[in-house]
Amino acid sequence: MARLDRIPEPMRSLIAGLECPNFKNQPWMEGPPLSRRRVAIVSTAGLHRRDDRPFTFMAGDYRIIPGDIKTNDLVMSHTSTNFDRTGFQQDWNVVFPLDRLRELTDRGFIGSLADFHYSFMGATDPKLMEPTTRDLVRLLKKDRVDAILLVPV
Amino acid sequence: MPTTQISLIREHTKVIRPPRALWVPFEFGRPLGAPNDAIFQTKVLLAALKLLEASSGPVLEDFPEDAPVSGDINTVWACPVNLSIEKANLSNTEQLREAFKMEMIQLRSWYDLAVKKRGRTTVGVSGLNLDVIGDFVSAFLGGGMPENPRKDLPLGLVLKLAVDDLKAYYFEAITAQPGHASPGSNRLAEWFWGETVGAEVLRAVKQSCTKSNDPMLQTVAMRLLIPMAQANHSN
Repeated sequence: MARLDRIPEPMRSLIAGLECPNFKNQPWMEGPPLSRRRVAIVSTAGLHRRDDRPFTFMAGDYRIIPGDIKTNDLVMSHTSTNFDRTGFQQDWNVVFPLDRLRELTDRGFIGSLADFHYSFMGATDPKLMEPTTRDLVRLLKKDRVDAILLVPV
Repeated sequence: MPTTQISLIREHTKVIRPPRALWVPFEFGRPLGAPNDAIFQTKVLLAALKLLEASSGPVLEDFPEDAPVSGDINTVWACPVNLSIEKANLSNTEQLREAFKMEMIQLRSWYDLAVKKRGRTTVGVSGLNLDVIGDFVSAFLGGGMPENPRKDLPLGLVLKLAVDDLKAYYFEAITAQPGHASPGSNRLAEWFWGETVGAEVLRAVKQSCTKSNDPMLQTVAMRLLIPMAQANHSN
């Protein structure tokens, strides 16, 4: 359904008309083989720990998701109603593939997983996320992360 | 910092040009394709991670498969309250509230089973106890304005979160009933918005709060309670 031409109106026009950031430069970073990479998930699904603060409208901040989080501790407070949540309700991996990443780590396909993962709430102006993202990169470096998996919703 | 990502809107990713992106043809809300399908999820994940090995970019690759289709087109779930019988009475606020309460009570056993089976629930973002969520939401019917149960959040946001909890409760409960293991989102949306008293309540709450003097409640009512795709749905 995320083929733009298959999305029903008025949603299709709304999405097609969204302004996309225009970056002047295109950074390119490489790293060691995947089997030695340390991977963190950064989601925009509005995910957070059950006892953390829910996301507010147009929030540009993020929530911390500990790497040892249990499935019952992860909830979603994204402000949009225009995407399916029933998949996440049945299986968190369809949005936050932590179990799958753990399996790939056990199989040696990737080196290790970060101590912390993060989530933003995507229904906001990307410009509001920039200052917090710069702060986040500093934390990811401290966690020795050298591969970020960005997952939308 | 090296990144790879899943893209849901190819047109946007093409303009933004991130270093590495895997476009997937899946619906919003399911970036890994399908729930309860570890093999398919791993396939998507590997395709995204392998882009980290690219030596130049930007790379925008297309995932070649659609998400597995759920074979549940004709799944029929038992609806606690028969809308065809009740509909004549649902225009009355008190009767609507009572039918809603009865529906929530009757779904409770399925919900409890779902939580036991999955070892988790996504209900809880509002911070309200499950036993009071229905009463809180239905208190907005007929121009009502309940007291804000959370002092740290505005009433409009608490209503939005309580409605998210309510929908999660219904969907988690109904997917515990016998039928397909992973029902498709369309069938679930048809069920909720077409066959439940809960959806009737949300439409009536929307109507009520749209007339509110609270601008946030108005915005929540107009845009954040009912999905765009269901805006014109009527039984």
